[in-house]
Amino acid sequence: MTTTLRRLTAALLPLLAAHAMAADSPRNARLDDQTQLPKAPARPAGKAYFQPPAEADIPNNAYGDLVRRGQDLFMNTRALAPEYVGNEMNCVNCHIDRGRKANSAPLWAAYTMYPAFRKKNNKVNTFVERMQGCFQFSMNGKAPAADSEVLAALTAYAYWMSGGVPIGKVQPGRGFDEPPPPRGGYDIARGQQVYEKQCALCHGDDGAGRKVGATSVFPPLWGKDSYNWGAGMHRINTAAGFIQHNMPLGRGETLSDQEAWDVAAYINAHERPQDPRLVNGDIDETRKRYHADDGVNLYGVVVGGQKLGQGVK
Amino acid sequence: MFISPARPLALTLCLSASLAALSVPARAADGEAIIQKGGANPAAMPCMSCHGADGKGMAAGGFPRLAGLPEAYIAKQLADFKAGRRENPLMQPIAQALDAAEAAAVAMAYAALPKVQVKAGPLERPKEGSGAWLALRGAWDRNIPECTLCHGPAGVGVGDAFPPLAGQSAEYIEAQLRAWRASPARLAGKKGKAVAAVPPTRRNDPNGLMQHIAADLSEAEIKAVSAYFAGLGETTEPLDASQHRLR
Repeated sequence: MTTTLRRLTAALLPLLAAHAMAADSPRNARLDDQTQLPKAPARPAGKAYFQPPAEADIPNNAYGDLVRRGQDLFMNTRALAPEYVGNEMNCVNCHIDRGRKANSAPLWAAYTMYPAFRKKNNKVNTFVERMQGCFQFSMNGKAPAADSEVLAALTAYAYWMSGGVPIGKVQPGRGFDEPPPPRGGYDIARGQQVYEKQCALCHGDDGAGRKVGATSVFPPLWGKDSYNWGAGMHRINTAAGFIQHNMPLGRGETLSDQEAWDVAAYINAHERPQDPRLVNGDIDETRKRYHADDGVNLYGVVVGGQKLGQGVK
Repeated sequence: MFISPARPLALTLCLSASLAALSVPARAADGEAIIQKGGANPAAMPCMSCHGADGKGMAAGGFPRLAGLPEAYIAKQLADFKAGRRENPLMQPIAQALDAAEAAAVAMAYAALPKVQVKAGPLERPKEGSGAWLALRGAWDRNIPECTLCHGPAGVGVGDAFPPLAGQSAEYIEAQLRAWRASPARLAGKKGKAVAAVPPTRRNDPNGLMQHIAADLSEAEIKAVSAYFAGLGETTEPLDASQHRLR
């Protein structure tokens, strides 16, 4: 009986693998298991989010120096690690308050959750591999080597900040706590109105953000200097979570879930650098392989007569 | 007689066009002359008598630097003084005495003066609780972003909406933070008589970005963060535009 099952499985496995690779097929349920990275639980009433250690707690030794270097890189990624950053983004743009703020994908809620399987690349990712993804997609750059000084410093910073968080236990405040999709769906035109009223002041009508000299102050939200089509933020649901909790800066949780979804859709209905995973130069093929099953996104979707996902350089 | 519905509209358009023409004086206003000698209306005193001969303000009176501030920002402040969105017993009558062309000319003249320049320093490691900490790290437990996140590295200002904090005196920055702060009503009790709520005297921040920040800052924090920016000083060294300013 067991042998039969084993034989059957052995015979089926290649088929299953082929099935998983087939672009338009549903993903292999076993491979797709994301239970290691569950949605963050709600914060229990009256309980605060995890409080990461204070800056003064960084020890004055070689380890502390590496932690501080990690924090410097986190805030000045483009300036201090230009060889790995292909746009005008810094880690701190999406991870507010130096990666400490709840519902802004804080490092303290991420570090202890890895290694974990991610369907993004269909394998178990270490925390370092997870950060490499940030460089490849959100920074539209080149991932530093796993044993590079840059990733050693960023890892040390995340490890330091996570002191006291139980390993493998998902924390309230993890990720962006995405609001559920609005009942009547999202509306790009309505999102444009929200954008013009609430966002354009800093990010510009053209979404290009603003710089002082060489330094990016307000990050670009679309166009060549923004995150690429493979970044998690290109998902409307993910951007809606970030926006609802953190934007406008300092006035988070003032937009409604509907406004957050609408404006996230407007932002992510613009061109940005190509998904580096582009399959054979084919947007439709890339959509099937990587985007069809990846939350709510507009890659390869025709909006206003234009098929999105062309990429900009 | 049949009046076509287009007639009244055309009439209104004609009328508003002539009104608009009326509000623009024939002479071109000279911004520099107004700064030095005042406007056509004697109530529009010379700007330099308070803002300094070089436009860099006067710390003692809390008079701000105007030199190198964005033209659109200065023009907006004058309009807001005039409309009462920014209350100030000295500036409101002056803004009211300047006509539209004069206000525009003054804004242009000040914007043409040198911008504040702060030496690009190495990475700063502020101490928690200091003015530098608020300026560079914020107080996110109260949703207060670091000042430099919007006002730019070293507070040199960003675009037309986020003016430079560098180059301003502590007196001026403190006064603005207090002006943005409303004081809530207090009931009579052990601490004294009932006090009515006082609305902020400055209500012209885009999207209300400053009011909640000022409301959540303590008096000690206001003093500390104002002193930090006032202490940055000014350099004449030109900044290499390719050089990153670090946070």
